[in-house]
Amino acid sequence: MSKKIIEVKNLKKNYGSFNAVKNVNFDVFEGNVFGFLGPNGAGKSTTIRILLSLISPSGGNVKLFGKDITTNRDFILSKIGCIVEKPDFYKYLSAEKNIELFARISGVKVDKSRIHEMLEFVGLRGREKDKLAGFSHGMKQRLGFAQTLIHDPELIILDEPTTGLDPQGIIDIRNLILQLKNERNKTVLLSSHILSEIELIADRMVIINKGETIAEGNVQDLLNAQELIVAYTVDDINKAKQILEQNEIPNFTCLNNEILLHTSQLQSAEINKLFCSNEINVFSMETKRKLEDYFLKLVNH
Amino acid sequence: MFFKSTYNELIKIIAKPRSYLGLAAITLIVGLILLAMKLDGGMYISLLTSPFEESLTFEGNLLNGNLVGFIILQMLIIHVPLLIAFVTGDLVSGEAAMGTIRMLLTKPVSRTKILLSKYLAGCIYTFFVLVWLAFMAIIMGKWLFGIGDLMVLKSDGLVVLQQEDVAWRFFFGFAIAFLSMVMIATLSLTFSCFSENSIGPIVSTMGIIILFTIIGTIEVPLFDTIRPYLFTTHMAAWRFMFDKPLLLNELWFSLTVLLAHIFVLLGIALYKFQRKDILS
Repeated sequence: MSKKIIEVKNLKKNYGSFNAVKNVNFDVFEGNVFGFLGPNGAGKSTTIRILLSLISPSGGNVKLFGKDITTNRDFILSKIGCIVEKPDFYKYLSAEKNIELFARISGVKVDKSRIHEMLEFVGLRGREKDKLAGFSHGMKQRLGFAQTLIHDPELIILDEPTTGLDPQGIIDIRNLILQLKNERNKTVLLSSHILSEIELIADRMVIINKGETIAEGNVQDLLNAQELIVAYTVDDINKAKQILEQNEIPNFTCLNNEILLHTSQLQSAEINKLFCSNEINVFSMETKRKLEDYFLKLVNH
Repeated sequence: MFFKSTYNELIKIIAKPRSYLGLAAITLIVGLILLAMKLDGGMYISLLTSPFEESLTFEGNLLNGNLVGFIILQMLIIHVPLLIAFVTGDLVSGEAAMGTIRMLLTKPVSRTKILLSKYLAGCIYTFFVLVWLAFMAIIMGKWLFGIGDLMVLKSDGLVVLQQEDVAWRFFFGFAIAFLSMVMIATLSLTFSCFSENSIGPIVSTMGIIILFTIIGTIEVPLFDTIRPYLFTTHMAAWRFMFDKPLLLNELWFSLTVLLAHIFVLLGIALYKFQRKDILS
């Protein structure tokens, strides 16, 4: 397995008697897109702010690039690009000037051509001289990406990057993240409560709830570990029901012309063969096992 | 990195429209005072000299650029703190209100350097505000009213300073006034570190100035012991430069009190900023 970029162990953050983060643990490996999931108020933003040294932890260990964040802040931050919640910029400055400002203190020498390259990458070339006051939320989000990438960081931390975006904006941001992973080999920590987003792009993930880690691992492994629901759309629902009963297959329900079956991946293929051999036409076979179900099952537990 | 960060802070101050309000206010107020002096300055001179006319004879250009500059400096130094606090009180809290502090503090520059670079930029702004005030008061005053000896009315009499003896006094007077204004910038920056909005630090700074001025003015024995140590007591220390002979002991004491306030407040600001959880 590739090297650990982030190690979080027994992380705690208290505000007086309120425990915002109680016991968060996870590891992020190099080159991965890591999903950071949790319902609102679970402690995601607090954890991310601790990773970025915006908030000091009350307990536990946080290491990035093998070093402790509390004692190696500047070294660690020089290797990170981030968007925390929403990217806020200086409204009275142009897009180019904003990027120039953050690039100047990013720890590497950044010239104009690099700024223009990044603005091109996020689709804002031609708008570089425009003041931020006239930018839409989506445009600011894109500019946030340019700011994040300007110093070519090894790790990118994105806290709810698609919040407030329209569907096209969400797709654009998703594609940008995939580009970062596939074309630029970046490690990405992506916090989101949009589960489909994580399911589509993350390799590994952690789910936290009420300030505690409740699941961590490979996205597919976590999904495979739970029961599969397969929906068969067939031409003769009564015959299909009869076949299932004859073969003593339990845990199925009928809904209109759909049969919902609680089964395993292997068994779902066998049942499909069974329908076909009994001359039942199967029009579609859809896997209902979603991250959303898994997530809800965990957080409502 | 400190200088790059300071350069960034200066760019922000230059680009912010509010930075020009102070300069515009000074231009407007000084312009009005110059106009009033041009139209009615003779009456002002009569008021100034009338108590001494029986014992002294006044000759030459009494209403001159030096006197006008002195009067303007005396009047405006009361209002300049508000103009300074308007910009320096916004340096940290303004970033918190805009949300830019999150991005700023995730860059590899220590919080100490970020705060000190903001402070330095604030001091540079304060310097330019005073330079503009000096230009408007003295240069414009001399251009409109010519040169001459400076008459300074004191509680215990009239001090007349010859025109060739005035320039260095103005220079050091402005240097001391700069220190007073840096003290105001430090106070508002300190409040700024405790606040998440722009207005709070400005109002707090002005509130403290008004409160301390009241304490310093009321003749109550209880306040006698603290009065010498209030920064507001020493805000007009620049006036010591227009005494003859110079009251050096008083001047040094005032400078010490102002510097002590600056160091203590800057220490508090750094302590708070380094430990501040960024929740905005």
